[in-house]
Amino acid sequence: MMPLPLSLPPSDLILMALVIPFVGAVLIALAGRWPNIREMVTLVTAVSLAVVVWSLIPVLQEGGRPELKLIEMLPGLSIAFKVEPLGMLFAALASLLWIVNSVYSIGYMRGNNEQNQTRFYVCFPIALMAAMGVAFSGNLLTLFILYEVLTISTYPLVAHKGDAATVRSARVYMGILLGTSIGLFLPAMIWTYSLAGTLDFTPGGILEGKIAEPLVGVLMLMYAFGIGKAALMPVHRWLPAAMVAPTPVSALLHAVAVVKAGVFTITKVFVYIFGIDFLFNQPSHKLIIWIACFTIVVSSFIALRQTNLKRLLAYSTIGQLSYIVLAAAVLKPLSEVGASMHMMAHGFGKITLFFAAGAIYVASKKTDITEMRGIGRRMPWTMAAFSVGALSMIGIPPTGGFISKWYILGGAIQDDNYIALATLVASTLLNAAYFLPFIFAAFLYEEDVKPKKDHGEAPWPMVLALTTTALLTFAFFLFHQPIADLEAQILVK
Amino acid sequence: MTLYDQLPALVIAVLLFTAPITYMMRLHGFPWAVATLSVVTAFIISCSLAATVFNGETIIYEMGGWSAPYGIALHIDALSALMAMLITGASSAALIFGARSLADEVGEETAPAFFSAWQLCTAGLVGMVITGDAFNIFVFMEISSLSTYVLVSAGPDRRALIATYRYIVMGTIGATFYLIGVGFLYMVTGTLNTADLAARVGATENIRLVLVAAGFISVGLAVKAAVFPMHQWMPRAYTYAPNAVTVFIAAASTKVALYVLIRVDYAIFQNSIANHDIQLTLFLVPLGVLALFAGSLLAIYEKNLKTLLAYSSVSQIGYIALGIAMTSVAGLTGAIVHMFNHGLIKGGMFMAVACLAIRYRSVNIANLAGAGRAMPWTMAAFVIGGLGLIGVPLTPGFISKWYLVLAALEKGGAGAFLIAIILVSSLLAVIYVWKVIEVAYFKAPRANAVPVTQEAPLSMLIPTWIVVLLGIWFSIDTRMPVGMASRAAEILLGVK
Repeated sequence: MMPLPLSLPPSDLILMALVIPFVGAVLIALAGRWPNIREMVTLVTAVSLAVVVWSLIPVLQEGGRPELKLIEMLPGLSIAFKVEPLGMLFAALASLLWIVNSVYSIGYMRGNNEQNQTRFYVCFPIALMAAMGVAFSGNLLTLFILYEVLTISTYPLVAHKGDAATVRSARVYMGILLGTSIGLFLPAMIWTYSLAGTLDFTPGGILEGKIAEPLVGVLMLMYAFGIGKAALMPVHRWLPAAMVAPTPVSALLHAVAVVKAGVFTITKVFVYIFGIDFLFNQPSHKLIIWIACFTIVVSSFIALRQTNLKRLLAYSTIGQLSYIVLAAAVLKPLSEVGASMHMMAHGFGKITLFFAAGAIYVASKKTDITEMRGIGRRMPWTMAAFSVGALSMIGIPPTGGFISKWYILGGAIQDDNYIALATLVASTLLNAAYFLPFIFAAFLYEEDVKPKKDHGEAPWPMVLALTTTALLTFAFFLFHQPIADLEAQILVK
Repeated sequence: MTLYDQLPALVIAVLLFTAPITYMMRLHGFPWAVATLSVVTAFIISCSLAATVFNGETIIYEMGGWSAPYGIALHIDALSALMAMLITGASSAALIFGARSLADEVGEETAPAFFSAWQLCTAGLVGMVITGDAFNIFVFMEISSLSTYVLVSAGPDRRALIATYRYIVMGTIGATFYLIGVGFLYMVTGTLNTADLAARVGATENIRLVLVAAGFISVGLAVKAAVFPMHQWMPRAYTYAPNAVTVFIAAASTKVALYVLIRVDYAIFQNSIANHDIQLTLFLVPLGVLALFAGSLLAIYEKNLKTLLAYSSVSQIGYIALGIAMTSVAGLTGAIVHMFNHGLIKGGMFMAVACLAIRYRSVNIANLAGAGRAMPWTMAAFVIGGLGLIGVPLTPGFISKWYLVLAALEKGGAGAFLIAIILVSSLLAVIYVWKVIEVAYFKAPRANAVPVTQEAPLSMLIPTWIVVLLGIWFSIDTRMPVGMASRAAEILLGVK
């Protein structure tokens, strides 16, 4: 399953993971006039990035923690990278799915005759570079810098269509993400620095004994809401707003790279900045659990009432992200592993759902689930993949979502946390309630109105992509053990 | 004595003594060439001075060999050298950048007078930051002000004259206040040398007169620095001045008044008047907070791009005022770094605006629809500058904000309030920067507008990008600006 490791020092691999997408972006800009060459560059960049990133996995499995220090930016604070299992998982996930997503993008952008395709293809690798940087950051400052690069590089992708409504939504996107990060995340980080004198991600945390209640709670809330990409309510509004973007953007960035960067950062702050043992003894950590539970339940109810498919998926994402925050905030070993596993499981499942939504749009121009009765007969592959993704969201075996939910539930039981348990059960039912009727209607009912154009499946690159990710969802169910073993290391001091 | 020892005097001399030569040049292009040559030379000298004082040394140069309290001394430490580099650097960049646009805006007839005024202005500003004599500061202040009036009035629009007139009135009030204050100090102490003043002010019995002097000096300098609500002269002056002049004065001139404010308040009054830090805080914190909000709100509702950036400067000066008011090493470091960083950011942004102006012939934001496509490099430079105003990481604004927030954290509860203010105003900056971005990138050009299809000339684009990239460089490798600023702060506060 593992590709052959490139015979390079690991620190060079880290640097390459940042340089390759950047070079790719420059080449794509230069090749703008020749679409076929441009798309070739995207694919080559995506594959080389994935090879480089996956080559780091064996190093991690042997217990290595490769580091790379670039430059001292502020006294005692460097731009530095250090790969650990949590970031490795995130980077491996994003780089793998970027390949699939690139194939899908080609079908989508061409099938849809989108404008400004070069700008689109240039921004994508920049966003991926930022995601790799976030994943590999060795301290909070480096993470923050790349977090902001990720926000800014995705703005042109969200505003892609350029009409008034899109620009308005993109303004919400930008406003909330920049506002929360500069208004809360930045001061929280500077506060942490002034308390601890460092921002290095350290196993066991850096804040123990430096801060007491109730300030711990304040700082924790500043992080939880400052990291707006995790979409905890009430700073979740940017995610539905981002759905105006072309579907490949929603699929890779707003189901995987950007949102996972958010929950990844929160998990990382809990584990490596606060330290879970320290945090566990602070009563205020319960606050985060309640906020996450609230977000899970409320977002599921909102999703129930959506008729636009992409918005429904966005609200489903908000709930699923809060699973990860909840798991991280339970602060038990099993749940921390569950948090990381759910990043991967949800990534495979949700990208499949978005791919399917985009395929339906390209083939039939339909965006509303009320119009999609009987569409499973015209697009069997797409709807089959959609069903796999939906089952994974609900958490039914043999899909990946079952595995991660298992771990999260395990953690909640270790903690005797009945609120978390009840929320997880309720949300499973709610997920089923908004996905299953739609799937039944798509397969079992006749079309009530004949579509204007007699369509079948979307272009083949799209079908190929969504089938692949659906298969990955099954694969995760079967082959998750090495990943769980790797992630168990994050709690070793 | 070698030439090297004379560098402190030469940095002014090279500008002052070549100014008349510039005025005598009647051949096309020569006035610009002489001015540029002298300003660039002054920049190189400033860099060499900065290298000498980088580690915290101080150069004291006695003019004509007359020793300190009797003769005039030049006094160069890390702060002076950093400012001298900013001034001469901004002046050189604006001149090189403006070769094309100034030829457009300033007629052949007036060019010799204009460029010699430019040299005098640079000389006056540099003089203010390197002299160690309170009255001498006034002399240089007048040299720079009078020549700035000439530069602003050269603007192609006739409204430049009204803007200049307002500027003259306010500038004269500011300078007069400063002079009155210095006069009182002389009355009390009988000296004008800043080091000597610092030593003698504390010993005087007539503390009331010293307080009056401090009041006059601080208010006078606040007018010159355009601290809200004494900023009225600035937006118009920036708007109607020739574009390259705006680049220069926006980057350097208000910063110099802030420099003198720091110098006088920290070097003279801080150690000699009891509770001076509280007075300074009570004076500057409210004004700084008001500036942050008023400047940003005015910018949000502004339609002219140059005026918008001028209002943004009003709010950015608020950050510097807050940093000065915190009377701590971190706060002062933040203020000084932000003087340098904001010079870089605003200089670069006004350059981008000048590039837009040369093609669009108007800097009304509504007319810039489609600029993102027509002039991608110019707009990219503008966007990077705008992110700097917001304080996004990898831009210089982030470094300044880091130190200001760190300084506010040291202040406990009141500091939390200041942090909230600082961050909310950063978010207001998002609004006025994004307003421009949305028009330039996502609005279709008006039907009756003349389509712009050409990027700005390379002679303008290259200097713009050099400034932008320098900004990014100094926000990643911060050893030079932060190192010098923190050393300056330590010297001023007497730490170490």
